[in-house]
Amino acid sequence: MDIVSTFFNIDVLVRSMPLLLEGLWRTIALGFLSIVLGLIGGLVLALGRMYAPKPIRLLVIAYVDVFRALPVLVWLVIVYYALPFVGISLSPFASAATALTMISSAYTAEIYRAGIDAIPRGQFEAGQAIGLSTFDLMRDVVLPQAIRIVIPPLTNNSINVMKDTALASVVAMPDLLKQATQAQALAANPTPLIGAAILYLILLLPLVRLVAVFERRLGRSGRR
Amino acid sequence: MSQTAKSQPIIQMRGVTKRFGNFAALRQIDLDIEAGEVVVLLGPSGSGKSTLIRCINLLETYDEGDVVVDGIRVEEGRALRQVREEVGMVFQAFNLFPNLTVLDNIALGPVRVRKLSWAAAREKARRLLARVGIAEQADKYPIQLSGGQQQRVGIARALAMEPRVLLFDEPTSALDPEMVGEVLDVIKGLAGSGTTMLLVTHEMGFARKVADRIVFMEAGEIKEIASPDTFFTRPESERAQAFLDAVLNH
Repeated sequence: MDIVSTFFNIDVLVRSMPLLLEGLWRTIALGFLSIVLGLIGGLVLALGRMYAPKPIRLLVIAYVDVFRALPVLVWLVIVYYALPFVGISLSPFASAATALTMISSAYTAEIYRAGIDAIPRGQFEAGQAIGLSTFDLMRDVVLPQAIRIVIPPLTNNSINVMKDTALASVVAMPDLLKQATQAQALAANPTPLIGAAILYLILLLPLVRLVAVFERRLGRSGRR
Repeated sequence: MSQTAKSQPIIQMRGVTKRFGNFAALRQIDLDIEAGEVVVLLGPSGSGKSTLIRCINLLETYDEGDVVVDGIRVEEGRALRQVREEVGMVFQAFNLFPNLTVLDNIALGPVRVRKLSWAAAREKARRLLARVGIAEQADKYPIQLSGGQQQRVGIARALAMEPRVLLFDEPTSALDPEMVGEVLDVIKGLAGSGTTMLLVTHEMGFARKVADRIVFMEAGEIKEIASPDTFFTRPESERAQAFLDAVLNH
């Protein structure tokens, strides 16, 4: 057997493609949902950390620290295998989405906070001086400026979340990786795994490039 | 309060003290400002002038005493927004919102705080831009404007709230010399319009022309309050004399 027919067997690839695409679709759905929920959760956490009363602030800090320290896989396994013991049974998809969202929120919270911290004090003071509420100040002045700063790191985080979806195969979710291992077993040939790797690259390489573009553009615009 | 008669001062400060750690930025400040008055604060840098006017809209908190604006004590809480609606501020560094056009920089306050429609607020903003002489810059972003133009937008933004009190925190200190005049002209045009004005500035000639009263500060204390003519020709305190000698004879 030569390398090509072992790892790049077109015949096997074509036959396993429907299975792989089905997995790819689930991977995208899981990644997209976790990314969006993580972006929203992170913003709530960041604002809570900066503006909530002290007890809540301490809780948020604890949450952010714990979920940045905890390995994704460990938390995913706990959500799927341990929570049923206290009566919370989630489907593989729901477990994975929950675990990924909770961890992504912790990371995005830190990114937002750094972005808001980077806005000069004078912007807050000018908004306060004309009588804006904290909500209006955030919505109209601070967040629109902070968003530009945080887009590159948020995109980076999104790439990480998308990659971490592969861990969902551990809790029996038929994502791209899981489908690929299945197809590999059926065909007794590793080509489907190579196919899955290529699909991951097609999905994520453009995003990696995009971060570089964002960073260059932000550097060039030279904020005052 | 000792003077219950006639008009109440629009700003009253009583025993206001502000500390940064062990350093007292303001010590026992007592100051009354009548409605419509133009008061210029002078003094060496670090004497507490900026800190004093920043206490009036609570951009700076104070540790002791009372600041009362139009009968409302200035403190954290519900009434603070009411105070800030009545007190406009122009900053040394302009602090325009870079994400908004010039027009929307001015319209934002009226829309969010006074609940005007965007259309009405922008209409108002255009009138104010014409008043400060840069009507044609309405649709640009702040970064596209010169420093003098930016500061005029800053003034228009403060005026848009129709404040009863306007605070100017060294409004020309960050400007290139050739742009100072255009901004001072705008401010001069506002004096005598009925709006109470407190200015911190280092422009002595301007201070003398525009002020009803000069407040001279040093080391966090008010050393002298006088009419501009008295202050600039025969100040009472030695400290004021030394200050004038230093700034006028160079």
